[in-house]
Amino acid sequence: MNCAETRPLLHACADGELDLVRNLEVGQHLKSCAKCAAERNSIQSLREALQQNDLTFRAPDSLRKEIRKMVRAGEPAREDARPAEKIQLWIWKLLAAGATAFAALTILFWPAGMADHDRLINEAVASHVRSLQANHLTDVLSSDQHTVKPWFDGKIDFAPVVKDFADQGFVLIGGRLDYLNGRTVAALVYRRNKHPINVFIWPAKNVAPATSEGYHGYSVIGRDANGMHYCFVSDLNATELNELARLLAP
Amino acid sequence: MPHLDAAYNLARWLAGNEHDAADIVQEACVRAFRFAGGFRGGSSRAWVLTIVRHTACSWLKKNRPQAMVSIDDDEFAEIEDQSSAANPIHGADKNVLRAALEALPLEFREALVLRELEGLSYKEIAEVADVPVGTVMSRLARARRQMQNHLAQKGASSK
Repeated sequence: MNCAETRPLLHACADGELDLVRNLEVGQHLKSCAKCAAERNSIQSLREALQQNDLTFRAPDSLRKEIRKMVRAGEPAREDARPAEKIQLWIWKLLAAGATAFAALTILFWPAGMADHDRLINEAVASHVRSLQANHLTDVLSSDQHTVKPWFDGKIDFAPVVKDFADQGFVLIGGRLDYLNGRTVAALVYRRNKHPINVFIWPAKNVAPATSEGYHGYSVIGRDANGMHYCFVSDLNATELNELARLLAP
Repeated sequence: MPHLDAAYNLARWLAGNEHDAADIVQEACVRAFRFAGGFRGGSSRAWVLTIVRHTACSWLKKNRPQAMVSIDDDEFAEIEDQSSAANPIHGADKNVLRAALEALPLEFREALVLRELEGLSYKEIAEVADVPVGTVMSRLARARRQMQNHLAQKGASSK
């Protein structure tokens, strides 16, 4: 950055209104340019002088009383003055709680407003993608179901059915612990040709089976069997994924 | 009433005296009741200050039209007098600062009061003054430059 580029940004910089990148760029320039740095200091010292010299006027008590009277008596300038309580409620509601409530409502209810069904699909696909990205597909790597099944013992409070379906084209790769739907779940990993498949398994408790054929290109199949809930996720097409679902959770 | 001090402070700086500021705040309160339904969330302080600012402007237009000389708001206007060396302000006197701030054109004074005394962000100032953020930036820059010049002159004459 040169002086011509820096100058217009000096005030925004002093006001803390620059984004991080530009702030760093300006800072870099100020290190090497005494003139711009002096300008920046001058702005800063004026800011400090204005802020530290108690130039703010406080409302006089007479005005405070006057306003309080107005609020209590309702609105004098209007003939259809509302009852005092109503006005007070309005002020209280709109000025004090309005902004807070709006923000709180947005934060609290927006995610919950998403249907459980969609949320579960969303979570399952996210877990699937993460397991592939983090190079953390399996904690126990084995195609032997007798190795994978005991691995889960003591790690979770239920015993998922673990079967290899290599003969049917679904090769067991291993298993992993994951976190889904607010609890720890078992994840079995299969492979069909080149496609990895995550099967999330946990004891079913009124889980609405979440099924979607094209969530960002992933197939998701939800299914209840043997007292467990199964959630199959893969980039495999839904028909083939359903084959595994029928084998594992008939 | 929340934000009464902020409302009064802005009105006082715009009107220039206690009595008129009190009148403006009272009228702003009446308007706030009337337009309470127009509050759309966001900062309630900025909302209150917007109403105070509107009230103050119509009050000034009616009672002191000469104070309402609009400044030339060119975002790309060269910040005047770049040549004068920028000097840090040391131990500026409160009264001198006050006089320098009062001497600024209304729009500049307003931007500086909202920024430095009320701590509003550029976005909030833009909302209150009903101008784009770019205009807020240029007003603040020019306001500060004028103040610096004013303070430099005072410093020179008192020596």
